[in-house]
Amino acid sequence: MSSTQTPPQTAVDATQAPGDDIIVQVNGLSKFFGSRCAVDNISFAIRQGECVGFLGPNGAGKTTTINMLLGLVEKSGGTMCIMHMDIPGQHQEAKRLIGVVPQTDSLDPDLTVEENLLTYASYFNITGKKARARSADLLQFFALANRRKEIIEHLSGGQRRRLLLARALINEPKLLILDEPTVGLDPQARHLIWERLEILQQQGTTMLLTSHYLDEVEHLSNRVLILDHGKIVAQGVPQQLITELVGIDVFVIEGTVAELNALEKSFKQCQATTERVNDKLYVYTQEDCSRLESLLKNSRSWLRRPANLEDLFIQLTGRSLRES
Amino acid sequence: MKHLRFWTLWLRNSRVWRKHVMATLIGNLGQPLLFLLAMGYGLGREMQTIDGLTYLQFLAPGLVTSSVMYSAAFETTYGSYTRLTMQKTYEAILMTPLGITDIALGEIFWGASKGLLSAIIMLAMLPLFGVWPSIWTIALLPVLFMSGVFFAAFGLIMTALAGSYEFFNYFISLVLTPLFLFSGIFFPLKTIAPSGRIFFELLPLTPIVTLSRMFCYGQFHEPWLLKIAGSFLLTLFTCWLSVIFLRKRLIQ
Repeated sequence: MSSTQTPPQTAVDATQAPGDDIIVQVNGLSKFFGSRCAVDNISFAIRQGECVGFLGPNGAGKTTTINMLLGLVEKSGGTMCIMHMDIPGQHQEAKRLIGVVPQTDSLDPDLTVEENLLTYASYFNITGKKARARSADLLQFFALANRRKEIIEHLSGGQRRRLLLARALINEPKLLILDEPTVGLDPQARHLIWERLEILQQQGTTMLLTSHYLDEVEHLSNRVLILDHGKIVAQGVPQQLITELVGIDVFVIEGTVAELNALEKSFKQCQATTERVNDKLYVYTQEDCSRLESLLKNSRSWLRRPANLEDLFIQLTGRSLRES
Repeated sequence: MKHLRFWTLWLRNSRVWRKHVMATLIGNLGQPLLFLLAMGYGLGREMQTIDGLTYLQFLAPGLVTSSVMYSAAFETTYGSYTRLTMQKTYEAILMTPLGITDIALGEIFWGASKGLLSAIIMLAMLPLFGVWPSIWTIALLPVLFMSGVFFAAFGLIMTALAGSYEFFNYFISLVLTPLFLFSGIFFPLKTIAPSGRIFFELLPLTPIVTLSRMFCYGQFHEPWLLKIAGSFLLTLFTCWLSVIFLRKRLIQ
């Protein structure tokens, strides 16, 4: 595998002055579809080298926000800048420096793996030897070199995703936008993609990531933005947010209503918040409550685990289903 | 070079096309050639000459224009709709420096190129039927390409409006087939009363059929420049509309 570990060079300007390192700046961005407000006056910034995770239930406004950054949706209000270029005014220039991995497979099914990359390169005016060299590097990096002449239909889901990633990097982007990059993949395929994304991060590629796999976001992002109903409901470093808003540990306890009622009361001795879902009791502890574990020895089943991003997500956006 | 970016989409389409050359050529050329055989050769032997042309000679240039119309319009309906919906090609392209205008122009010029290719093959085959086009036919090629641009742009507007492939049945039954039958390909429009004739003369394919016949046999008895200028303006307008409709479809 060692030969595949050499990453293709991405364009990173190390000489940038501090303060000049804002890659994405969004202020007061809004979008209305008719009278429905999909994005409600949001502001955020992404700095050089950051990987920002964009989280939110379905219909929270993530995809609309990304599509506004990409010019697929017209904004209703606010301003957007990508690398100091006004969006949508300087879209065409900005897109030279952006790579996008879309959620839906948009590879050319009639073309081979290599032809897909060369064709996409041509849209960026990268042609001839340069395009072939870049494509060969990327296929090597994403472990696809031996599938170069393969027709897209013959690729597995994981291979297609890797090719989509390779395609997104063909123009050596400074900003990589990843919309659900590992959706529907098996764990091996996901880990291979994570590994490659980490290498790109180490090289300084700035990333904006959306995913419903919260372990993925926790794994890759330095910072998360949580959206709900078109607004940013929380933002920060994942671990800090979890500790601040959820707690340190989570107890998940099963039992009868009476048992759980009693336990809920007992846990009030410790600094903790509780939540009841069906026949389960969730206890989110803000301090070490392991001393209360002895109370649980008669419970049908229980566990204690560290609080994670999923707990934070549920806490902020609720448990009800969001179906569009 | 900014204004030639659409060319990369043209190249992409030709790259795909080269993989299915035979199927698409037969699809586009089969119908006009069969018509030429059945009507021109079969029916035409029993018919009087029209303006000094045998029926086969009368028919051939018009059928060439119809092959341009069908090739160009089919490419930007069925072909473009597949790229728009199933293959998400436009979505992928919009992530690059190419914009809506580049996509529209790339698709339209590609459709027109396929139309022109059909016409060239048809024209080259006419001697097999005993029809010899004049040297002026070379000057006809840009006119046929322009007609291809018009029908490709028209098709692209239909694609931008389509909710499914079935929508194109309207386009074929209500637009392409009537144009095929009533643009003076099969019978001379002079036989229609002047009050009704003006309607048929204004159909977008009619001037192209007339021009095609004039150039093919080197007989310039009608105002050819006016017909070219009128068709050119209509083509420009249709291209402009297609960009607007495609933008509406792709950008929310």
